[in-house]
Amino acid sequence: MGTQLVQAVIDGVLTGGVYALMAAGLTLIFGVLDIINIAQGIFVVLGAYLSYVLWTDVGVDPFLGLLVTIPALFVLGVGIEWAFIRRLGERDRVTMSILVTYAVSLIIEGALDIAFGTNVVQLRPSYATSSFFVFGFYLPHIYVYGFVLAVVLLAGIYVLLYRTRFGASVRASLQDRTAARLIGVNVQRVSTITFGIGVAVTAAGGMVFGTTNGFNANSGADLISRLLSIVILGGLGSIGGAMGASLFMVVLEDIVATVWSPVWSPVVYFAGLLIVLSIRPVGLFGRAAARAQ
Amino acid sequence: MTQGRTRGGGRRARVRTAVGGASAVLLAAATLGAWGAASGASPARHEKLGSPVVIGASLSLSGDFSTDGQAFDRGYHLWQSWQNAHGGLLGHKIVLKILSDKSTPTQAATNYNALITSDHAKLVIGPFSSLLTVPSAKAAHRHGYALIEGAGGAPAVFDLKLTNVFDVSYPVATGLVPFAKWVAKMPSATRPKTAAYATITTIFESSQFPLARKILTKAGVKTVYTKAFPTETTDYTPIASGIVSSHATIVLIGTTAVPQISSFMSTFESAHYNPKAIIATAGPDQGADFLKAVGTKNAIGMMVEGGWYPGFKSKASEAMVRRYVKRYGGTASSVNADVAEAYSVGQVLTEAVKATHGFTNRKIIHFLHGHKTLQTVQGPVRFNAKGENVAGLDFAFQWQTKTGKPAFEQVIPPTAKGSVPPIYPKPVWGS
Repeated sequence: MGTQLVQAVIDGVLTGGVYALMAAGLTLIFGVLDIINIAQGIFVVLGAYLSYVLWTDVGVDPFLGLLVTIPALFVLGVGIEWAFIRRLGERDRVTMSILVTYAVSLIIEGALDIAFGTNVVQLRPSYATSSFFVFGFYLPHIYVYGFVLAVVLLAGIYVLLYRTRFGASVRASLQDRTAARLIGVNVQRVSTITFGIGVAVTAAGGMVFGTTNGFNANSGADLISRLLSIVILGGLGSIGGAMGASLFMVVLEDIVATVWSPVWSPVVYFAGLLIVLSIRPVGLFGRAAARAQ
Repeated sequence: MTQGRTRGGGRRARVRTAVGGASAVLLAAATLGAWGAASGASPARHEKLGSPVVIGASLSLSGDFSTDGQAFDRGYHLWQSWQNAHGGLLGHKIVLKILSDKSTPTQAATNYNALITSDHAKLVIGPFSSLLTVPSAKAAHRHGYALIEGAGGAPAVFDLKLTNVFDVSYPVATGLVPFAKWVAKMPSATRPKTAAYATITTIFESSQFPLARKILTKAGVKTVYTKAFPTETTDYTPIASGIVSSHATIVLIGTTAVPQISSFMSTFESAHYNPKAIIATAGPDQGADFLKAVGTKNAIGMMVEGGWYPGFKSKASEAMVRRYVKRYGGTASSVNADVAEAYSVGQVLTEAVKATHGFTNRKIIHFLHGHKTLQTVQGPVRFNAKGENVAGLDFAFQWQTKTGKPAFEQVIPPTAKGSVPPIYPKPVWGS
């Protein structure tokens, strides 16, 4: 059991990195735009499909393909922000954003259904099924690479937010959109770029998801509830919180699945979520804490 | 404030009146609709000869079961086109009315109510999966309609003790029995010593394990791992890692679709874990989808239980496969078992309508309970009192190599017509 437990923790940490990649954009978008992006799940799937097409039709390695898919999803995110999000008023903004992004997700899902059908596909580069053998434990290459990618990208977002002028504008908008406008921040531009970045990050999450799981256009629906719970636990708007909550969720679930039963994994996780929220309603690294970073 | 409350109260009163009125109208409409449909019958004598007959179904065209749901859709349409080309049903052209249930049980029940009361379908045929058949069968039963179906074979369906459900496929509970019996009959020197069981908690998959495990345990195959996982599971790594750590000689996995079995296989391969046999309840039977997801080399040796495969030795089945390939393209090996299940539903319905000379559901139900053996592309069908197909055949199939190409072969029972020797032990991953 001891070996299985260690393996569960290793698996949980590595898989948690993948979920952090998928959730980072969601929490960033909420933090700056005050909207809940229900379409994040389908963006992940779209990222997976783009990598799949590049890999199967053009022969581009999924990691190399990120040079194409990340900018492509950034442009898509900017377009969606321009077409739908910026037209949301201040009144009932969060509620309306749920409806609008849900509609966006249905449109994209329908388009993917038409383009690819409902058949399940999976990216299968050679490193999808190979592994490192370290101290008696197998570490699948794809999960290790995915974890490293998550750390690099999230660190990149952190540097962008806390070490650049643009980041200062983002944080000002995150704290108070009206006050940011008053001190000369172009909040609209910041919002557009942030939404683009939030969507672009999912290209990386989608690529790793598509390499570790079979997927079709409907896979986004299974993801969004987990991603939302991660950003709520981590604290809406906190990148570090998304990483911490992802690791917490997957490690906890894997341990419960190993020592008890997979049936109880989500129950224990959501019980943990409730306990955390009852003690800290803003989540582990909620807005107040995020601003203080 | 008071004024506002008064205005609000007045508005609420008007809303209450409107809602009350609307409810009364809806209730009256529903009652009339139910009354009209309660006979569960649409006698042929009321139909003008040659006028179309509407047959309704709810299918999972999107959502978790969409791959199977769409295959069912093709199976139903394949039967419809063939039957219409041969005179339809008693001279009436068949019109299929198919609604999407998004793989959700509540939507399936809603769809059957709508098909019967709003779309005035004369007959209804089943959805995909036992999970959706349970509420669908209840809805059809409420209106006195027969529900002939091909993918609702779990005990939970028959435990409802409804008299209107008829599953044309084999009973699910025995699905893994041929494999278990084959293992149990191996000489003790080569018989596997340990087994791992992991199954999704849906009623279709989980109900297949108790009988198989009982047979294997009796044969001395020790259980070293057993876990169930919920349908919401998206990360199968901890379960797959648990099986790896158990070092089980054979693995039995209850899966509903390709992504699940491919995730297990990926983890097994990356951990260099090579059990001597792996059998799943679904996934490897998905033809080209399975090969695309796991890779041709890894597919070889993988087994799946089932009642039909494209190479099934029957003239009717071979003809159906040819028609399918002509209509939808692809190759014979890419024809999904769901297609045959759906097609068989149409064949049984045809026989029942012909035998009862009409579309009266009550008579159709009575006929199907008459213990008569009917023939379908999946083999013989004979229903017991619960609606189970007691004449149904079940097998284990395996991906093998034939003239350098992957071939999906019937292997168990080894003595059954059409079986080829199984590959045992399964080749190591990627070889």
